[in-house]
Amino acid sequence: MPATYENIATTTLGSAAATITFSSINSGYTDLRLVLTGTNATLDATLRMQFNSDTGTNYSITELYGDGTTATTTRSSNQTRIQCGFNTLSTTVPSLVIVDLFSYSGSTYKTCLITTSQDRNGSGNVYRTVGLYRSTSAINSILLFPTSGTFAIGTIATLYGILRA
Amino acid sequence: MPVTYQLIASNVLSSSAASVTFSAIPATYTDLVVRWSARDSTDAGSFATIYLQFNTNTGLGQTVYSYTRIRGTGSAASSAFDANFYRGDSSLYNATASTANTFASGEFYIPSYTASQNKPYSNFNVAETNATLAYILTSAGLYRNTAAIDSATIATTGVSFAAGSSFYLYGISKS
Repeated sequence: MPATYENIATTTLGSAAATITFSSINSGYTDLRLVLTGTNATLDATLRMQFNSDTGTNYSITELYGDGTTATTTRSSNQTRIQCGFNTLSTTVPSLVIVDLFSYSGSTYKTCLITTSQDRNGSGNVYRTVGLYRSTSAINSILLFPTSGTFAIGTIATLYGILRA
Repeated sequence: MPVTYQLIASNVLSSSAASVTFSAIPATYTDLVVRWSARDSTDAGSFATIYLQFNTNTGLGQTVYSYTRIRGTGSAASSAFDANFYRGDSSLYNATASTANTFASGEFYIPSYTASQNKPYSNFNVAETNATLAYILTSAGLYRNTAAIDSATIATTGVSFAAGSSFYLYGISKS
């Protein structure tokens, strides 16, 4: 049986870090899946993401989210990064962020589905976000960074490639 | 080349059962995925709730689970949560008053299940009936236990899963 869901790289932080980067991503997969379980070392912060070191206003998102009381939807256009939920990373309770990045090596704009799950035993949010990266270049690097503070020790980020088989 | 999205165990019910447990889960994967399709054989309502528990933290007396969810019925969206609860994510599945032969389905994703930290996880499920009420539900779950997960129990607030309900446990390999 061929491998069709391949671990490209895993980062497990032994010390706090301002960013997590996956670079030199092979273009030999159909899709990518990034799974992050983590906290922030100093304060609650939102997780953000950029591709190919692109800091231009080439990103947009549409979100559906709930905070345990209200369900809402919002949209943000012409952003300099993709935002994965809000206050995604707490200092104490690990959050789960899954990014499915489809046809990342194609020559069309890139769509991703982001599943942000951050229950904190009585508070928290659940976000489901569709992101758009308006670039026709293949994605070969992913940068993850919190809006403030740093990723805490023990944060784990894994990048999987989905193979054609 | 090794298999990297591997079926660890499955249970397709030949007769009704109140719960399904996957035990002795190896610690050799990075993440776990539970996928299911289910219907209640006995509960008199249209929908019942399916939920996931871990390790020995099973039954109604537990308080180590919590969740935050969003849900759509086809006519309204809502959000709810529970803290210090006996179960994690709640997913609705079809019971006897719902359209015959319709089964709900869903997926739980449990990352880093052997890490020595509390365990966040996600849930997505749908219960469609070709009727006026159906559900699409997604949620964040938290299991407050730093021990590695070595068993998973899928249980119900209804009565019992019907024959034909299916449950699959996958491991995503490190290699």
